[in-house]
Amino acid sequence: MREVAIIAYHQTPMVRDAGAKNDVELVMEAVHGAKAQVGFKNTDIDFTCSGSCDYLGGAAFAFVGALDALGAVPPISESHVEMDAAWALYEAWIKIQTGHFDTALIYGFGKSSHGPMHEVLALQLDPYYTQPLWPDQISMAGLQARAMMDAGKLTEKQMAEVVAKSRKNAKANPNAQLKGDYTVEQLLAEPMLSSPLRKHDCPPITDGASALIIATREVAERVLAGTGKRPVYITGIDHRIESHQLGTRDLTSSMSTRIAGEQAGVSKGKVDIAELHAPFSHQEILLKEALGLDNSTVINPSGGPLAGNIFMSAGLDRIGAVATRIMNGEANRGVAHATSGACLQQNLVAVLEGK
Amino acid sequence: MSEELKPVEIIDSPVYMNYSFAAGRATSNFLRSIKEGKLVGQRSSITGKVIVPPRGSDAETGTPTFEEVELPDTATVIMFTVVYIPIPNSKVQPPFIVANMVLDNSDQTFIHLVSGCKNEDVKIGTRVKAVWRDKSEWAYSFNNIEYFQPIAGEAPVDIDALRAKRLKEVEAFKHA
Repeated sequence: MREVAIIAYHQTPMVRDAGAKNDVELVMEAVHGAKAQVGFKNTDIDFTCSGSCDYLGGAAFAFVGALDALGAVPPISESHVEMDAAWALYEAWIKIQTGHFDTALIYGFGKSSHGPMHEVLALQLDPYYTQPLWPDQISMAGLQARAMMDAGKLTEKQMAEVVAKSRKNAKANPNAQLKGDYTVEQLLAEPMLSSPLRKHDCPPITDGASALIIATREVAERVLAGTGKRPVYITGIDHRIESHQLGTRDLTSSMSTRIAGEQAGVSKGKVDIAELHAPFSHQEILLKEALGLDNSTVINPSGGPLAGNIFMSAGLDRIGAVATRIMNGEANRGVAHATSGACLQQNLVAVLEGK
Repeated sequence: MSEELKPVEIIDSPVYMNYSFAAGRATSNFLRSIKEGKLVGQRSSITGKVIVPPRGSDAETGTPTFEEVELPDTATVIMFTVVYIPIPNSKVQPPFIVANMVLDNSDQTFIHLVSGCKNEDVKIGTRVKAVWRDKSEWAYSFNNIEYFQPIAGEAPVDIDALRAKRLKEVEAFKHA
């Protein structure tokens, strides 16, 4: 295996509505931010991979349009996944493993304010039996939270604690959309949205983009020498998917996360921090259990997806958030998780280490 | 084959989605201008080239563009094709000409109709001018221009020479 490190990460501010800005304008901000951190020109990037969803903006081939943000003259080697950009990072990591490339730029973007976000997500469901019923993503997450409660794995108080912690942690995150001091009592006094979920148990609708650069050890050490930042090595990465059919899955646990965590080697050392892509509060509790994390691990120090959820980039943002802290020496070893699909259908786990 | 074994070929599963469109800052400016009958492009500070219609970025370098440049509605045909298939719901009757053109003082081609002439008279290098719809019909749309029409009395230009001339001109606007 070739050692691959994260050397730069940049995220635009996470906002409810980026106004007149289009995808290209958001992506330029993210990509230029990441490249500037390491002084990279296009010629320093061997491979580019992105994650986004054309349904968000309702425009076919929006992901191809986003190439206008890159400067593909002369032509570049590029790929795209209609998945969270964490999976774009996985593809880029594989490409570096093949030995053909030494560096890669990964970016994800989502302008969710364009359309009816929660209905758009119904379109990812099985088109014959489930999608025609139009279950929105909040209702489906509500089913999952209810199932956890019935199984004795969750209380409303625990959910409120996750939200209070997220908003508190987010106060230190200048890009966060939702932040502040809230008590569990305050949160529990709020009305239900899709029982047992209250509005604050659900992810905000966010516009934004993020970019991240990975490189082989040789490149990473050379580029970061003398900057006070250290390369953040991806020492384990794996992803697993479960059935499309909610009815065939045990929604109260996440077997795919557990297996991906084991394959990535989460338990092989102390986990200082973990960024979990839990768009709904109850999912943080579920994921923490699936990854075998205890209270010695700081969970979602950035505030996590409840504080800002760039759909199609929120998973990459978990990787970026862990990497930033390790790069700056605030942590040595961390776990980043990304999810895709309804009720945590597909999960990716990466172990990141500073060496 | 018995009735009950016939394959199910159609199910109803309607999908309606309402989206609000964000053209982007540069395209919004272009659309606001064309509603007033003006064509506005943007200049790349890196290459000096003028992009119209602008998309907010210089796709060649992947950098944002900010400088607005008002352009004339005269252009040169760079390439064209004669189309023999009708456009649904259009009064344009085949055979008609779809051309890739470059506006004067700009550097990126765009596609529009060329009409108001015999199709045989259109050549690579033909000089054309926009024929605007009636002002009462102007919207946030490139369709405010009904088509481009060859300019009487102007000879076709050599497009290689035109390109070379433009590349020389944009040098002055290149980022230091």
